[in-house]
Amino acid sequence: MDFLGAHSPDLLPGNRPLPVVQGAFEAPHGTTIVAASFPGGVVLAGDRRATMGNVIAQRDIEKVFPADEYSAVGIAGTAGLAVEMVKLFQLELEHFEKVEGAQLSLEGKANRLSTMIRGNLGMAMQGLAVVPLFAGWDVDRQKGRIFSYDVTGGRSEEHGFTATGSGSVYARGALKKLYRHDFSENQAATAVVQALYDAADDDAATGGPDLIRRIYPIVTVITEDGFRRFTEAEVSEIARAIHEGRLELPDGPRAELL
Amino acid sequence: MSTPFYVSPQQAMADRAEYARKGIARGRSVVVLQYTDGVVFVAENPSRALHKVSEIYDRIAFAAVGKYNEFENLRIGGVRYADLRGYTYDREDVTARGLANVYAQTLGTIFSSAAEKPYEVELIVAEVGNAAEDDQIYRLPHDGSIVDEHGSVAVGGNADQISNYLDQRHRDGMTLGEALRLAVDSLSRDNNGGERTLTAEHLEVATLDRTRPQQRKFKRILGRQLSRLLEENAPAGGAKPVADAGAEEASDAGGSAGPSGKGAKDNGAKDNGAKDNGTKGNGAKGNGVARKGGSGASGADSPEESGGSSDAKD
Repeated sequence: MDFLGAHSPDLLPGNRPLPVVQGAFEAPHGTTIVAASFPGGVVLAGDRRATMGNVIAQRDIEKVFPADEYSAVGIAGTAGLAVEMVKLFQLELEHFEKVEGAQLSLEGKANRLSTMIRGNLGMAMQGLAVVPLFAGWDVDRQKGRIFSYDVTGGRSEEHGFTATGSGSVYARGALKKLYRHDFSENQAATAVVQALYDAADDDAATGGPDLIRRIYPIVTVITEDGFRRFTEAEVSEIARAIHEGRLELPDGPRAELL
Repeated sequence: MSTPFYVSPQQAMADRAEYARKGIARGRSVVVLQYTDGVVFVAENPSRALHKVSEIYDRIAFAAVGKYNEFENLRIGGVRYADLRGYTYDREDVTARGLANVYAQTLGTIFSSAAEKPYEVELIVAEVGNAAEDDQIYRLPHDGSIVDEHGSVAVGGNADQISNYLDQRHRDGMTLGEALRLAVDSLSRDNNGGERTLTAEHLEVATLDRTRPQQRKFKRILGRQLSRLLEENAPAGGAKPVADAGAEEASDAGGSAGPSGKGAKDNGAKDNGAKDNGTKGNGAKGNGVARKGGSGASGADSPEESGGSSDAKD
């Protein structure tokens, strides 16, 4: 990134002159990302909707990307800027790995992402914020870890689960009731899809599983073996099971009262 | 007061080339071979930290011999070039040809600039395609020229002898194990005809494997996996169905012609044979002479080549 800054600064997001904005400015926004850790790793999932004001800009946008072999990043916020940020982040991790011959530590990757979000602060102040979730397998500590961010680049490690984006309030509420520390990989995946379902239930900007168009949330898992994206068949199975369950209990599984 | 001597440009260039060649020849060699699923890089390199072979991009890798600081510089330049290209346009737009051109420009400029000493390096840039025909291997000597290679290449000290050895034995469609064995055999031959044993600790091996599901096809073969591959294909194991028919003929013919005589090791005769040939094959010098023909022919595919050498018998 430093090299890019010196060599062709126009390619870096932070170095562009900011347009003067008058009134409301609309660009596609992505919405909800959810992450949950389990003993063997961490799952990161996102819905598929992008909205522009009241309009659904895209039904099948992808908002969760592999950052490198052992980490993934999910983005909420202005889609165009976010995708570019992820591209640059991926590039940077790969570049570091090739030049140094070793991967950055997970902590290092998380810090790097923090700096990049801070670089976007000017845009964020004008309403074009990018707020990612970062999850990865810490090779040194042998466990999955989740990092969440705020618009100013503030970074905090989350234990267990977290969510970001407009539907995050509902998703976090749902996960709070569903989350167990001893989840298996598949249980964790089911829990995050449940949470996305609840977010879509109450947040207009979050899209639920679209069984008719066969558009399902993107679910990824990072374990000791690296990054893996659930196939469409796997996610559709989870989504259908949840759908079946909700035909009986529209609000999803009930937690115990005491 | 000293008066500057006039040195003719020819002489100056010849001196520089000589200087660079000597520097390169001091180092150990690297060989690059095509096999069924891609391209394998084998280097003799006792160091775990200083790599001679490394990844440049998704389908492109780099191997070098010579001065470490010089080729490391070029490697980082190459990674930057590739990453910047891929970020600006698309990952598909990064090609070995483009990279080789950049290297050629850099090396050529440095070689002919009177202010700098020429780089004592020789590079290989390889790209793996979707099929074996699409693989590309470029060799870049110290002076900035580009040589488009097929099948097998060797650079470094002793490169001529090794490429002769490889040219005669390499064929299309080898498995990774076979190709690796061939590469190790070629590297373990000394230029004075002796043999050394190279074990996994002395080797740096990496592949560009087109069957890898990941986008990045480069993979180092390390530790246990390497020892296993070497053992499975060890000559003593006997399970070596290399198309020896051609090679055998060649070795028969080769008694007089140094390079092919030396190569008989892989054939039935095994160890003893190898030693015999080692002494007989003092034609290492003969190699030097045979080099021109050898490297000229190195462009051709290997089967034709073994055919070529058996023709030589007639």
